[in-house]
Amino acid sequence: MFVPSITNPVGDFVREMVPRLAEYLPASIQSDTLNSIVAFLVNALICVIAVCAVNIGSAPILIYMERKVCAHVQCRLGPMRLGWHGTIQTIADVLKMLFKEVYAPSGADKLMFYLAPLIVLIAPFIVCALIPFGRDLVVADVSMGIPLIIAVNGFGVLGILLGGWSSNNKYSLLGALRSGAQMISYEISFTMILLFVVMISGSTNLMSITLGQEGTISDWWIFKIPVLGIIAFILFFISSTAEMNRAPFDIAEAEQELTGGYHTEYNGTPFAMFYLAEYIALVTNSALATTCFLGGFLPPCIGVAFVDNYLNMVPGVVWFFAKVFFMIWCYMMVRWTFVRPRVDQLMDFEWKFLLPVNLVLLIAGAAYIVVCG
Amino acid sequence: MQENITLLQYFKRYFKRCITGPWSLMCGLSVSLKYFFDPRRIVTEQYPENRKTLRMHPRYRGRLEMIEDADGNNHCTACGMCERACPNASINVLSTKNIAGKKVLGRYVYHFASCTQCGLCVEACPFGAIRMNQDFEVATTDPNTLEMILNKKEGQG
Ligand code: SF4
Ligand code: SF4
Repeated sequence: MFVPSITNPVGDFVREMVPRLAEYLPASIQSDTLNSIVAFLVNALICVIAVCAVNIGSAPILIYMERKVCAHVQCRLGPMRLGWHGTIQTIADVLKMLFKEVYAPSGADKLMFYLAPLIVLIAPFIVCALIPFGRDLVVADVSMGIPLIIAVNGFGVLGILLGGWSSNNKYSLLGALRSGAQMISYEISFTMILLFVVMISGSTNLMSITLGQEGTISDWWIFKIPVLGIIAFILFFISSTAEMNRAPFDIAEAEQELTGGYHTEYNGTPFAMFYLAEYIALVTNSALATTCFLGGFLPPCIGVAFVDNYLNMVPGVVWFFAKVFFMIWCYMMVRWTFVRPRVDQLMDFEWKFLLPVNLVLLIAGAAYIVVCG
Repeated sequence: MQENITLLQYFKRYFKRCITGPWSLMCGLSVSLKYFFDPRRIVTEQYPENRKTLRMHPRYRGRLEMIEDADGNNHCTACGMCERACPNASINVLSTKNIAGKKVLGRYVYHFASCTQCGLCVEACPFGAIRMNQDFEVATTDPNTLEMILNKKEGQG
């Protein structure tokens, strides 16, 4: 009987423990098949809890971080009152959000209206399951990692379109349509950049993409291919910002013109879920950038054995999250610095600049592999 | 919508923008990085905690006050320009006559409750006799304290 297994120390531990605990059961219901199924279910439960913990736990931290970064860019201090330097402010906000009454506007398509926030949340959760957080820390080590990520990213735009359309509000509909046009356009460059990564690493599995960057810091994909790597990284940064609907590409929300865009009519928990999805997407996109360009969980070795020994002592998860938070900080600085382009400028930028540059980059990458690889 | 340009001009413009655009974005980013990493630029005051050390900005307009020297003498001539400049009649300059029969300031009545701290009276005064001070903790539970007489000495000048 086929039972999918989870290959890491935690999985082994569970597989070892379950038969031992099963010995206390009556002998008539003991069997190896049952044990392996129970072990699998326990492991699966641990995986689900881990993904939820990373995602839901990171959202309040990121909201706090965003408020602080934004405040310091604007010469302010940000939340300071609740807890040390306002650290528990976001928890208070979350509680407030959860205890609010939930209602839909009259004329709204109730089913779609409440389904949309859930659909938006699907994509970041699945992507999070694919990301290798450490040598043994990956929930689903599938061989088609990158195509799967590209595929599930479509859920984001579906959720936003549904939310906007079912709200029965002109602003929501406008925001949703804009975001549909934007996300579908930028998905192309997003995919192309991931294709570039797949091309140079020769694999679509995120684990082997990471392990392909083993060595010193110059073996990371961003530096391994001279100039092209950095250009690809910048293009990835731009298209993933657009993909996440973050400023400066937040025309779907566009507070000043659309009063919040697709989530104008949402409040309470559904609104919190849109918010959550936005921040989890930030984590997963940063994690993707880290995996594809910044060496994932590998330490930034510099080729000097003495320093590298110390760097290797730090567990991979720590490096991974350090890099992820650096990426998130970059996204935040960009958000609070740049201005939002107009809708037509946004489309011009994608179709007249990003896409041609991407195609040139792909050709150059292929040429590099042929010549030097 | 678009002007007629040749293809060559179009591409020249396109590539020029490819350089100038990122450059201007980098300039913007450098400014916000500077702000982010420099804690001295923060202007937020932690008010109730730093009450002892808090200094108001010099251009802050608080309550109106009369500029007086150590003996309590002021420069007011009771000309009434401030009274006329005030958009909401918060000032009443009550003049009187001194022994020589000259018009001098009797009482300078100031209604703080209706004053909007606009500072027009200070601008209007030809003798520089009044200014806005830096008081900002001006809340009170007794409305009678909001009617005040600004000059300490009567009948001088
Ligand atoms: S500050 Fe403005 S409102 Fe107040 S007394 Fe002077 S002129 Fe009138
Ligand atoms: S304060 Fe100035 S403007 Fe007002 S009455 Fe006195 S001298 Fe005239």
